[in-house]
Amino acid sequence: MVGVPAKGPQTLAEKVWDAHVVRSAEGEPDLLYIDLHLVHEVTSPQAFDGLRLAGRSVRRPDLTIATEDHNTPTDNLLTIADPVSRTQIETLRKNCADFGIRLHSLGDAQQGVVHVLGPQVGLTQPGMTIVCGDSHTSTHGAFGAIAFGIGTSEVEHVLATQTLPQSRPKTMAVNVVGELGPGVTAKDLILALITQVGTGAGRGHIVEYRGEAIRKLSMEGRMTVSNMSIEWGARAGMVAPDETTFAYLAGRDYAPKGEAWDEAVAYWRTLATDEGATFDTEVTLDASAVTPFVTWGTNPGQGAPLSAVVPDPQSFGSEAERNAAERALEYMALTPGTPLREVPIDVVFVGSCTNGRLEDLRAAASVLQGRKVAEGVRMMVVPGSAAVRAAAEAEGLHEVFNAAGAEWRFAGCSMCLGMNPDTLKPGQRSASTSNRNFEGRQGKGGRTHLVSPPVAAATAVMGRLAAPADLS
Amino acid sequence: MEKFTVHTGTAVPLRRSNVDTDQIIPAVYLKRVTRSGFEDGLFRSWRDADPGFVLNDARYSGASILVAGPEFGTGSSREHAVWALRDWGFAAVLAPRFGDIFRGNALKEGLLPVELELTAIEQLWAAVEADPATAITVDLTSREVRAAGLTWTFPIDDFSRWRLLEGLDDIGLTLRHDVAIGEFEATRPAFTPVVR
Repeated sequence: MVGVPAKGPQTLAEKVWDAHVVRSAEGEPDLLYIDLHLVHEVTSPQAFDGLRLAGRSVRRPDLTIATEDHNTPTDNLLTIADPVSRTQIETLRKNCADFGIRLHSLGDAQQGVVHVLGPQVGLTQPGMTIVCGDSHTSTHGAFGAIAFGIGTSEVEHVLATQTLPQSRPKTMAVNVVGELGPGVTAKDLILALITQVGTGAGRGHIVEYRGEAIRKLSMEGRMTVSNMSIEWGARAGMVAPDETTFAYLAGRDYAPKGEAWDEAVAYWRTLATDEGATFDTEVTLDASAVTPFVTWGTNPGQGAPLSAVVPDPQSFGSEAERNAAERALEYMALTPGTPLREVPIDVVFVGSCTNGRLEDLRAAASVLQGRKVAEGVRMMVVPGSAAVRAAAEAEGLHEVFNAAGAEWRFAGCSMCLGMNPDTLKPGQRSASTSNRNFEGRQGKGGRTHLVSPPVAAATAVMGRLAAPADLS
Repeated sequence: MEKFTVHTGTAVPLRRSNVDTDQIIPAVYLKRVTRSGFEDGLFRSWRDADPGFVLNDARYSGASILVAGPEFGTGSSREHAVWALRDWGFAAVLAPRFGDIFRGNALKEGLLPVELELTAIEQLWAAVEADPATAITVDLTSREVRAAGLTWTFPIDDFSRWRLLEGLDDIGLTLRHDVAIGEFEATRPAFTPVVR
């Protein structure tokens, strides 16, 4: 994708990119138009301040939408106990009021994790460019959009100009061959991929996930895969739009209606990578070989099948990997050779922009149905948005969670990151459906194992890492 | 943004790979609404947990260059990671590879991300550990790093280099193309959503 745009067959990423280039000049990054800017309380206050200092306005408040998610409590909708968190939320409210931006506040029917909001209201559509001051913006690529995370300086830039100067990334195909086996999820697939290729493999690339196993995933599953693109360094992840995409979008609030729908779908159908188009890099993953997968270390590339044992650091090829594994095992308090199924868990977290959608909650509930969370284990179930919570309750999922002894909570980022009251205590070990197992990510001194929703639920029942197949 | 041309200083050897932005600054420090004063959060967990951590080592106090392992600045997009490094007093970070978002954020703030081969990083670690007073020069004009009698060149695209040398503000640069942005907007498909 570097240099002059190809005249011949093009990839999905190239088509969407080229459709958004405002200005292109030799030796400069392309100036890219941004169709949708998602805003939350953490990475925006300094950007709005920058606008004020420069006397600038928001160019397109109608292409900007905000929600509160990182700092919000999930045990109630009224009180933000931490005054610093409260100030950050109140600052967002004032900024949105001052600059005319639609905000879904705590208590609003659409409030929730910013990457759950966009798709659920139908704002996330194929062929768009979408940014947010959050690295998991890659989630929206599941619809065939170019979606990527940006820093606060770039947030200010988009607010002021609705554009971003961006160098053309390289393109990569992840060809997922074969089919996922029964009980194996999109989360297992992406965790296995990251362990296979390493945390830096996607750097500088927009990745397209392709192949039969991807085509068979629901939109929720595709979002889980795209969401974790950043965890192996990719600038963005994409899936070509198809009938699954259109069926998901049809009828949602912001989806086109009537003739506009037909026109949109006709355009979206042209976006798929052309026969004969080439990628700068290609990677192949065999979906049929993937089994329930968990992480044992402190970056998302340090993972293994649940059936494996904690690895010996000496088994890694490079000195850097050996050192990293040694450090990780020390932090995680794990001994090489221990079967992963024997690792005891204190806290189970189901939620986040990775696995906090209705399908994820259904998967966890189906495992918990008629079972109990093991004694001494705390299980938190946090819907990705207020709308997901309402939909789950309409199906009675909350009754399954409550009956099992899990906590059924309000929407937010919750225990995915240590910014709100939901945190691990030092030394506590979690099985978490979130996206990062970094040191202290879920609370200072906390130890995180990344898992899928079914593995999370089975783990809660067993009190140690487990898959649904382990339950009697 | 302040200009970056040539910087000479001493360095901190951070012998770790995959230093994610959660380590550079933990999430609890992200609740602030200000843009400066983040030095207290820099590597806070590691500084608290380990008295031997390099940033706790008095021999490296006053250093302005961080020399780190591969995949520095992965993970969260938090620009606070750049602000914390800058507020601590760092002017440049040298590593074999950076997370894309971190690198972009650093370039916006005038904290120079310098990509060097791992062998060069290892030579720098050895030199700095042997003598913490080792001066390292990061020269953006010549795209060179010089230390201990050795010179390495580093890649940086012309546009980013020019912006840093001139200390230019991106928004100001983009607003020169305001007419082109308006013309592009007029061609966007009618079915593209707008927020109500």
